Amino acid sequence: MSSYIPNTAEERELMLREAGYSSFDELYADIPDDLKLKGELALPSGKSEFEVRKEVSSLASRNKQFGTVLRGAGSYNHYIPSIVKSVTSKEEFVTAYTPYQPEISQGVLQSIFEYQTMICDITGLDVANASVYDGATAAAEAAAMCIDRKRSRILISAAVNPFVLSTVRTYSFGSGNKLEIIPEKDGLTDIEKLKEMIGDDAACVIIQQPNYYGLIEDARAINALAHEAGAKAVMSCYPFALALLETPAEAGADIAVGEGQPLGLPMSFGGPYLGFMAATKDMMRKLPGRIVGETHDADGNRAFVLTLQAREQHIRREKASSNICSNEALCAMTAAVYMSAVGPDGMVEVAEQCVSKAHYFAEKLKESGLELKYKGEFFNEFVTKGGDADAIQAKLADAGILSGLVMGSDEILWCCTELCTRKELDKAASLVKEVLS
Amino acid sequence: MKLIFEESRPGRKLGLLPECDVEKYEIKAPKRALKLHLPEMSETGISRHYTQLAKQTRGVNDGFYPLGSCTMKYNPKINEDMASLPGFTGLHPLQPADTAKGALSLMLGLKESLCEITGMDDMTLQPAAGAHGEFTGLLLIKAYHTDRKDLARTKIIVPDSAHGTNPASAHMAGFEIVNIKSNEEGCIDLDTLRSVCGPDTAGLMLTNPNTVGIFDPNIKEITDIVHAAGGLCYYDGANLNAITGIARPGDMGFDVIHLNLHKTFSTPHGGGGPGAGPVGCKSFLKKFLPWPVVERQDSEAFLSMPEKSIGTVRSFFGNFLVMVKAYTYILSLGKEGIPEASTNAVLNANYMRVKLKDKYKMAFDHTCMHEFVMTLEHEKHSLGITAMDIAKGLIDFGIHPPTMYFPLIVHEALMIEPTETESKETLDDCIDAFLKLYETALENGEKLHGAPYTSPIGRPDEVLAARSLKLKYEFEA
Amino acid sequence: MNFPAELKYTKSHEWIAFDGDTACIGITDYAQEELGDLVFANLPQAGDEVFAGEAFADVESVKAVSDIYSPVTGTVLEINEELLDHPELINEAPYDAWFVKVEGVSAQEDLLDADEYAAFVEEEKAKE
Repeated sequence: MSSYIPNTAEERELMLREAGYSSFDELYADIPDDLKLKGELALPSGKSEFEVRKEVSSLASRNKQFGTVLRGAGSYNHYIPSIVKSVTSKEEFVTAYTPYQPEISQGVLQSIFEYQTMICDITGLDVANASVYDGATAAAEAAAMCIDRKRSRILISAAVNPFVLSTVRTYSFGSGNKLEIIPEKDGLTDIEKLKEMIGDDAACVIIQQPNYYGLIEDARAINALAHEAGAKAVMSCYPFALALLETPAEAGADIAVGEGQPLGLPMSFGGPYLGFMAATKDMMRKLPGRIVGETHDADGNRAFVLTLQAREQHIRREKASSNICSNEALCAMTAAVYMSAVGPDGMVEVAEQCVSKAHYFAEKLKESGLELKYKGEFFNEFVTKGGDADAIQAKLADAGILSGLVMGSDEILWCCTELCTRKELDKAASLVKEVLS
Repeated sequence: MKLIFEESRPGRKLGLLPECDVEKYEIKAPKRALKLHLPEMSETGISRHYTQLAKQTRGVNDGFYPLGSCTMKYNPKINEDMASLPGFTGLHPLQPADTAKGALSLMLGLKESLCEITGMDDMTLQPAAGAHGEFTGLLLIKAYHTDRKDLARTKIIVPDSAHGTNPASAHMAGFEIVNIKSNEEGCIDLDTLRSVCGPDTAGLMLTNPNTVGIFDPNIKEITDIVHAAGGLCYYDGANLNAITGIARPGDMGFDVIHLNLHKTFSTPHGGGGPGAGPVGCKSFLKKFLPWPVVERQDSEAFLSMPEKSIGTVRSFFGNFLVMVKAYTYILSLGKEGIPEASTNAVLNANYMRVKLKDKYKMAFDHTCMHEFVMTLEHEKHSLGITAMDIAKGLIDFGIHPPTMYFPLIVHEALMIEPTETESKETLDDCIDAFLKLYETALENGEKLHGAPYTSPIGRPDEVLAARSLKLKYEFEA
Repeated sequence: MNFPAELKYTKSHEWIAFDGDTACIGITDYAQEELGDLVFANLPQAGDEVFAGEAFADVESVKAVSDIYSPVTGTVLEINEELLDHPELINEAPYDAWFVKVEGVSAQEDLLDADEYAAFVEEEKAKE
């Protein structure tokens, strides 16, 4: 058994006496006897490190790791450079607290400042925060930033990731703001319907780029519509799409958010991930969470500190716009190291490989007998129709390939990343053909 | 030191990917015209840059970190090893459940262990942090009242000693906040509580031991008063490290609880996150839990959708790798080690409290739980020495400052939480440092205003940072 | 400490200057000193209604936020936009750094004159 308590039984006794107590029970004298746990917890006895390693490793080995991953839908299998893990496993970074003491936290603070700069750079926007929990909560926080006394309707596209939609809905249940779903048409946000429903009291319009089905939205048109109605435009973005497609800033968005997991974080069965958020300067003071700023000390040394803290819960309490305290700082550092490792050309290269492979694979699947469900241009995900989706999933799984996500009896949402080789894609397509024939 | 953008040189890169082995597809949609300014680095450059940053960062590994309310205990290395297993990191969250049995089974094991430790009936592991858990738990309370059509229950009672997240979470969940004053012992005043409870009470949020480190002995009466008024009781688990295996919030009358796996269950803070904030509840609330919930059927784990779920509070299952670490910790400690950890956390805190109390005034001179609060209010007036001065002075002794200026009900507060993973000699060194600082305060207060002297920078100009905001590096056009 | 005789004051440390049925509101020298270096002023918008005794703005220092209460009921005619970029003006010249001009003043709190307010401040200081 390990409890990580350094003090020996003798030392504990000594300390107890020096503190003026005669028994350990005395320390808990304030807890009424009838509230004290009778007997032991119904848990196993503690185990040695060796036994624990065996037990947890055996759980890990009961999971199937797929050699080829053709599934995305919010979690993406990208290449993670070795330097990423090497940097982010440094114990100083792993075991530090939130950098409330700037004199001894310049490393973490500078890394967040650099991360904020990179998020501004990829989105084109003016100011970024130090992260929120994930892409879904980032969208929910973005919606909250847009609410004011006169505007409390949140309009969200039906073509966003279902977890994003569900999370924004849950947050709206809390805040009491009205959530309305903009219908989709041919897999895209229905702009005509949006025109009809936007009215003059919408707080924001939220879309995803590319959307859940992988299709590229006409972000500029949607954002312009939002602005004409006096609403804010929010875009939830796939980081690699930011490298290739018109940025949220260029498309006129007020806030860009997204799931940062593709930037160097493993899929990890869903977390920890990273919600990134950036906004125009006008919305800076509404950004939730921590923000690092540059200043100097009395000797003129450059210094970084947590700033704009009076927005936050520990000072503003119930008047704070968000309750966020712990964020995903180490994941933000991971993303920053990743973006430094791939550099500007690498971001574009990864994005282009994802797109090219997805289009190659879509053609191959068509040759195998599937159809594309939608006509719009897609990025690196797409939906096919045809065949028995469950049978395709099972057939590919037998070959160590995680198929696209089964969306319906004959519909699959596929995803390609730079990690999928032509050979693997050809093999997957031929297995699909076998299922169809 | 230089920013990574200042170290960037055009053309530097790593050799990460092979050339694309399929024909290039040209996107037809409007393309990015803005130049990307991400740094162009060699691998050596990145490695050295971050190694330098690490040297200017202080983790638990670097030394004592007695930050009150943050439970900065040692983060066992086996936890990190287990969370790095490819059988966990390589899993897609939407891969078929029958290919992720080990992961689901780990989540089930964690949930059941945490339910046992807290005295709760069910739990969601989805929330990503403590505050996120608070929000989730409050939505369970809201869903409960809404479901009963008891729509007048719009108020959440929060003591003035509470963490700022409590009122902020209650506000996000759409409640009005009723702040109540603590009594002279820093605990809930029962008459005050009775006077604010009524048909509009949705619930009470409480941390026990509270933020001044005292276990509220009237806890059962408190939860009874709230229940009698028709409200529910929410337990903020930030301070659970004092009582694991000793007493259970579920037995004290709490209906909902969040835990901070990154405090009580030894997972690291990562410079601010990721954490994990599981939310437990009594059985009458389980139908409202976020989906999906991991449940047991015989010996197997499966995912289910609660009947009246509030929805998801984020994507997928939560911070899974943090769960792996916490589960590893629970397996290591087991039924004996869990109460032992708490007892020693309480012992360490009282040892320091007693050794310091002759010089430093305790906000509440009382046996504490895992942490205690001192006040420098007197020294501020008599010597001009503030809590900040003492805190910054500790840095020069190689000790991380305690939490300052919290809770708000204590002026010039320093809140100290040593945790159980610190040795007697570490505590003794810290006690010595505190006592020496007190001497310095008496003899040479001016010197303390300038502390720290040994850190990479001195006290930064926070007013300048907030007045002339510089929130990112500006690239040359 | 400076409390101009031509102004009226509140116990929550605002000053107010009347000009017909419009009024100009700011915070006192004592208030700015107690609050310390201010880094942001959060002001209402022109056209917003304010109510006597209720918060209409807040000011932030690095580690605190404080509500500013309106001594009168009325409608905001104009805000001092300069404070948004230069909150330090409140510290430097609190009686020039007006927050809002309110028109249509219909109700007001009990106001103190400069001497009464100075005496009140002395009492407050004694309590510390």
